[in-house]
Amino acid sequence: MKRGTTLLIGTLLLFAAIPPIAGWLNEPFYLDLFRRVMIFAIAAASLNLILGYGGMVSFGHAAYLGVGGYAVGILAHYGIDNGYLQWAVAIGASAVVALAIGSISVRTSGIYFIMITLAFTQMLYYLGVSIEEFGGDDGLRLARRSQFGDLLDLANPTLFYYVVLAILVLVVFAIHRLVNSRFGMVIRAARSNEARTQAIGFSPYPYRLAAFVISGAICGLAGALLANHTSFLTPDFMHWTRSGEIMFMVILGGIATSAGPVLGASVLLLLEDLLSAWTVHWQIILGPFLVLVVLFARKGLAGLLARDERHG
Amino acid sequence: MAETLLLVTELRKTFGALRATDGITLDVLAGETHAIIGPNGAGKTTLIAQLAGMLRPDSGRIRFAGEDITPLSAQARSRRGLARSFQITSIYRDFTALDNVALAVQAHAGHSFRFWRPAHEERALRQPAQAILNEVGLAARADVLAANLAHGEQRQLEVAMVLATGPRLLLLDEPVAGMGAEETQRMIEFLARLKGRQTMLLVEHDMDAVFSLADRISVLVYGRVIATGTPAEIRANADVRAAYLGEEVA
Ligand SMILES: Nc1ncnc2c1ncn2[C@@H]1O[C@H](COP(=O)(O)OP(=O)(O)OP(=O)(O)O)[C@@H](O)[C@H]1O
Ligand SMILES: [Mg+2]
Repeated sequence: MKRGTTLLIGTLLLFAAIPPIAGWLNEPFYLDLFRRVMIFAIAAASLNLILGYGGMVSFGHAAYLGVGGYAVGILAHYGIDNGYLQWAVAIGASAVVALAIGSISVRTSGIYFIMITLAFTQMLYYLGVSIEEFGGDDGLRLARRSQFGDLLDLANPTLFYYVVLAILVLVVFAIHRLVNSRFGMVIRAARSNEARTQAIGFSPYPYRLAAFVISGAICGLAGALLANHTSFLTPDFMHWTRSGEIMFMVILGGIATSAGPVLGASVLLLLEDLLSAWTVHWQIILGPFLVLVVLFARKGLAGLLARDERHG
Repeated sequence: MAETLLLVTELRKTFGALRATDGITLDVLAGETHAIIGPNGAGKTTLIAQLAGMLRPDSGRIRFAGEDITPLSAQARSRRGLARSFQITSIYRDFTALDNVALAVQAHAGHSFRFWRPAHEERALRQPAQAILNEVGLAARADVLAANLAHGEQRQLEVAMVLATGPRLLLLDEPVAGMGAEETQRMIEFLARLKGRQTMLLVEHDMDAVFSLADRISVLVYGRVIATGTPAEIRANADVRAAYLGEEVA
């Protein structure tokens, strides 16, 4: 087995072991912390699909966290708490928003791409701030978590935890399949050498756009999970610093690797938590650490810990 | 008389005041190896780029296999059977040699909206790719990352990719540029084997290569074709000798 895969499976097994450990230590807080880590790992994995493999530096991925989250929140606000419906709408609405943003941004590259994705996300953020009906700046409370009948009761924190873990495993595996399929080879080829890709007969645009939409849809699902996790929605779901954070998880963990987003989300959120408990100036320590990783490890933590990895 | 595969008429392209392509008319017959020679900056690469669809001409027409392809994109032209190699090697450096060629095969094997099955396990892509690598002499290097290949091997790999698209016309822009003597020799031998089976438009500075490979030669100077003819005719042409060949073939 490749070392990257070993690393990934090890981390996922650790996630699986957290609930009993938290129970044993009598620290339910860890359940909460790691559930959050896993939700962000899903968001980071979705960004990695287009940023790492597709070379599309989306600086607006928080938009889909917001759309997915608000889809759940708004439906719940109107008394619709069927989980299947809520999550389907979260995924569908994020895909539609990604299609709109993507059809404009995907034809551009470099700084234009970054600016367009950022601008659209800011627009959605201000939309969230301005709509009083859904709480505006003050946010929107989720009275109940998504309902799945007798099948799943997300009010049970441990069960909810394992649902998130299962979705994370599914997402990481699906993206792994995706990037190694014919489809994945095209978006990776277009990132590696666009002129060559066109010269051998590919039209990269539709493939890139499709990847952008898939990525947005997955991140929308993470948004639905996050809304359930916090039970409280604010436009801050979509703040640009949130987009930056997700991007940092991908870079820190290692772009274009399967393990990267999972490692990046874990390390960033756990460090944030540890350091902020220790000192109010935690950002002064975290900042340089991130810079060092970026400077000295081209493929982030996954690259450092598993040097032989080639295809993720 | 063979049919005309490519017909270029009155092609023009300017960069500011510079007339890089200044009314080029040119034809390539099916099965022929047609060489283009000319001094540095004559506009050879600019012509290839327009033929391949990466650069829009200001005016003029390009007909390929009876169809006017002037408005078509590079990808559309590739699908019709035009394939180019670049003067500066253009490959996927972060993919293995075999992946590089398999991608070229994939580009011509239907749409790629296939999301689940690993492309590495598709014999329909890997087998033809491996066969072409064998043909260009890179059989043993299939699993090496393209970035780690020697310069000459990278040039061979690019030719392999171009061939893998199953082209009707190969546009080769200085395939032996930057190669050592031995590598050059191997590439020329390879092109000699290809000759006749594969129609080629070959831009090359290596005169030995050109005169041994080409059926016809067009001489490009300042964006104009000043002569077209068999190697013997070009050697004998006074204008060509004055403008370009100089003492080289005297
Ligand atoms: N994109 C561009 N913008 C401006 N000028 C250009 C551009 N591309 C090429 N040129 C100019 O057009 C002329 C023809 O260039 P081209 O690269 O086609 O020559 P060439 O015959 O391929 O030369 P070489 O033998 O050195 O490869 C040169 O003077 C070059 O500087
Ligand atoms: Mg040139």
